[in-house]
Amino acid sequence: MNLHSLTAHALMDLYKSGKASPKEAYEDVLNRIKAVEPKVKAYVRLVSQQPDYSGEFQIPIAVKDILCVKGEEITCASHILKGFHPPYDAGIIEKIKKSGGTILGIANMDEFAFGSSCESSCYGPSYNPWDLACVPGGSSGGSAAAVAALEATWALGSDTGGSIRQPASFCGIVGLKPTYGRVSRYGLIAFASSLDQVGPLTRDVRDCALLMNIISGYDERDSTSVNRPVPDYTKALVNDVKGLKIGIPKEAFADGLDAEVRRSLENAVDLLKKLGGVVHEVSLPHTPYAVATYYIVATAEASSNLARFDGVRYGLRARPAGLRKNALVDMYEETRAKGFGDEAKRRIMLGTYVLSSGYYDAYYLRAQKVRTLIKNDLDEVFKKCDVILTPTCPTVAFKVGEKISDPLSMYLSDIYTIPANLAGIPSISIPCGFSKSGLPIGLQLMGKAFDEEMLLRISYTYEQNTQWHLKKPNL
Amino acid sequence: MSQFETVIGLEVHLQLSTKTKIFCSCANQYGCPPNTNVCPVCLGLPGSLPVLNHQALLYGITAGLALNAQINPFIKFDRKNYYYPDLPKGYQISQYDYPVAKDGFLKIKSGGQEKRIGIKRAHLEEDAGKLVHDNMFGCSLVDYNRTGTPLIEIVTEPDLRSPQEAYDYLNTLKLTLQYLGVSDCDMEKGSLRCDANVSIRPIGQSALGTKTELKNMNSFRAVKMALEYEVRRHEQTITSGGKIFQETLLWNDEKAMTITMRSKEQAHDYRYFPDPDLVPFAIDQSVIEQVRKQLPELPQDKFLRFLSQYGLSEYDANMLVADRGIADFFEAAVKEYPHAKKIANWMAGPVLMELNDRKISINELKITPQGLVALIARVEEGLVSNLAGKDVLTAMLNGGKTADEIIKDKGLAQVSDDSALFEIIDEVIAQNPTVVEQIKSGKPQAAGFLVGQAMKKSGGRANPKKLNELITRRIADV
Amino acid sequence: MSISKEDVKYVAALARMDVPEDKLEGFTRNLGDIVHYVEQLQKLDVEHVKPTSHAVPVGNVFRQDVVKASLTHNQALSVAVEAKDGCFKVPLVIE
Repeated sequence: MNLHSLTAHALMDLYKSGKASPKEAYEDVLNRIKAVEPKVKAYVRLVSQQPDYSGEFQIPIAVKDILCVKGEEITCASHILKGFHPPYDAGIIEKIKKSGGTILGIANMDEFAFGSSCESSCYGPSYNPWDLACVPGGSSGGSAAAVAALEATWALGSDTGGSIRQPASFCGIVGLKPTYGRVSRYGLIAFASSLDQVGPLTRDVRDCALLMNIISGYDERDSTSVNRPVPDYTKALVNDVKGLKIGIPKEAFADGLDAEVRRSLENAVDLLKKLGGVVHEVSLPHTPYAVATYYIVATAEASSNLARFDGVRYGLRARPAGLRKNALVDMYEETRAKGFGDEAKRRIMLGTYVLSSGYYDAYYLRAQKVRTLIKNDLDEVFKKCDVILTPTCPTVAFKVGEKISDPLSMYLSDIYTIPANLAGIPSISIPCGFSKSGLPIGLQLMGKAFDEEMLLRISYTYEQNTQWHLKKPNL
Repeated sequence: MSQFETVIGLEVHLQLSTKTKIFCSCANQYGCPPNTNVCPVCLGLPGSLPVLNHQALLYGITAGLALNAQINPFIKFDRKNYYYPDLPKGYQISQYDYPVAKDGFLKIKSGGQEKRIGIKRAHLEEDAGKLVHDNMFGCSLVDYNRTGTPLIEIVTEPDLRSPQEAYDYLNTLKLTLQYLGVSDCDMEKGSLRCDANVSIRPIGQSALGTKTELKNMNSFRAVKMALEYEVRRHEQTITSGGKIFQETLLWNDEKAMTITMRSKEQAHDYRYFPDPDLVPFAIDQSVIEQVRKQLPELPQDKFLRFLSQYGLSEYDANMLVADRGIADFFEAAVKEYPHAKKIANWMAGPVLMELNDRKISINELKITPQGLVALIARVEEGLVSNLAGKDVLTAMLNGGKTADEIIKDKGLAQVSDDSALFEIIDEVIAQNPTVVEQIKSGKPQAAGFLVGQAMKKSGGRANPKKLNELITRRIADV
Repeated sequence: MSISKEDVKYVAALARMDVPEDKLEGFTRNLGDIVHYVEQLQKLDVEHVKPTSHAVPVGNVFRQDVVKASLTHNQALSVAVEAKDGCFKVPLVIE
């Protein structure tokens, strides 16, 4: 039996009926990793700890290299954190362990989650299981590739501007960014604290709901975690969208959208209409400013969050030869010059610039205000719609190396995913078709704050009436 | 007379006496071995997040109210970004534009004058770790135990006009905060630290001169000396045609001079922005009123009350009020024995002396207010002399026995019995015929000498009043 | 606003990152492009708009003043690049 190709809920059924054991599933996935990992390179390393096979949800899981797992080497795919073994578990890693989750390995990502292709990883890129010449997306590219390549049953990623949804779209799987505050950030190595959220990458919507049940909930160690009850998300899996109001922003279907992506989305909208969904054209007039807003807010926060990587305590420390300024400053400057890749440096410098004396009001403060306008646009639409539907990305997965020398064009691939982070609302990407070249296309739904259930319900209904999620890449 | 006016502003950092640190649950404790009181949060480990200690905020409000300041109805925390090895996150969580308190004042007494010193702001922030420099091995060592200790930074307006005023302000501020119980204000342990900004300007000029910032003073005396030094330096530089540069200087206590910092940042660009890891805080008027109700009587109010309620001298009232423990002890004693002035004399005199000798606080003293008044009562009844009373006090503090037990054990009760006293008096009279003659020839004050002699012979146990009376009677009889 | 090499040097120094001469030009161009792109925000009238720092409005989140177990000394120092006498060791700091 190909246990590695099953969903988590299918595995759970087999465990219950005694037809398979968690140990068999775990070992089967490890064998799959052995077979295809050299091609996909989804992981930066497999974990050293063996599972103890206890707990309710013994599902083999991949964890992005950005969540603290006690005793494992966790690096954010950066040289600067090489050798760092956190002495504590992230809040959601505690939950995963408590639920019985068997952590397979640490998944590759863009360095400090800065990127949309996994190419800025210090370990080198991961590859798209549907076409190994293409990127898996990013920054949670390793997590998405692992799930799509059947190297993990499900995975954890983090999403600051689309880092779960965009790779889910590129890899043909389901990815959910929960409402800001729904999932604890304690132990998530921060990129942009006001935007970051951890979420699931899974093979179907039911698994997404199951993993949300495990990771959601209040954590008193995270001031921004919201103390409100967690519903049973599987109860939202109802095959019915009759009367639900779906907003389609006209801005999302403007120029720059790939023709194949547009066609798939139009077909998806038609299907949802046929199933009883009510479609409204809506407007989000400030979303064209979202990318600019995001690159100011996110880099400003990142420049400060990454200041702690200075060679004083953990990770990399350079030992400069000779003396330039003084021993300490030389150590700082060389450690950070050697430890960070070019994209990290660009973002740190941009973030430093927009906060620096004389520029704060023109850039940072202004961006925080435009953030309000974008949030207001969404709030307005949610007064009359249950969800907003857009493509997840303007294109399918691009070629490795295609955009690496043009940071700005890379940033623009997050144009649809960024608004949900700026507004703190939940958003899901589900498979909705394939290009002629055989690459997956994703559909994005955004919902009201804490209404993940609505996203799951519509996604589930769509999934029950399509076959896209059942396709597997040939590796 | 100088042609310049001195302008001083002070920034005082006080560690708050909470049980835990400001953003994590580590104990707020002084003196642990290095790096034994740390967690992912105060070590700034990747992924860790801050959560505000409620008590730290309440202490901030308490201090703000005692400084007659406005409590901001909305506060937030900001990141102050700079690099230093004792700062584990590369930024300090502080408050930039919405501090807990602003626009207050503190009344001080300086040179017999009362003066209001404006408080610009008071904000909460986290303390940094400690660096020890090891020149021999060419390295520095960092201990992060202190990291995350809650601080309140209290910034004055540039209202202080002399180093002495700065010194008086510091003493008043310290006393006020000790009364509040929000900080132990111990400069030796580093729980109170003071930086100073100083400039001078020609008398009559309203624009401020170029200021220098002084750091590294580890006592109030050092603050005063550093300011005196710096004022002199400014005056000499300016009168000799030189220029003062805005810079940070370190006070060197041994050399008694200020020294330029060598590793100064080329520019202070702290890039403050709201800390996205912490949420904003709304401070309800009801919370402020709650804290206000719990404010203790502050030292200046207590001083005035001691004058009017107990009729104490300013000197005694000052001595008692200078330490909240002593003031409380005094009032507890007065309740037991309604002779406030007598108790004040004992407290401001022998009790304080014992405290100073023993270098302990009143709470550590092995005596209760009841115990002390029992002793005072014995002295007042004449059972023991004033002098012997002081010995009894010392013995009480040493052994923890009651005054009566000690008087009995040591046989210190005064001899008032006439026949026993006459025995001594006769001896003294026989030995001092010239003094007796003087008294007889109309100099009664000479009797004092005989009383002294007799007292000596009695081993200090004779009742001096009685002695005087009996000597006068005897000489008249002779 | 355009970005000069001096600007890049200034922010690199603030961010404690050495940028070698041969990389300076490239970074200046990259940052210039991005700053030019984000300039589009200047077109919007935001005079009466409140800034958003937190997307989901939460406030007054406190911790009670109760001590909880910290890391052990060994756990704390286990992450250290270099340690000496129970402390994190760094190059000599000159004040």
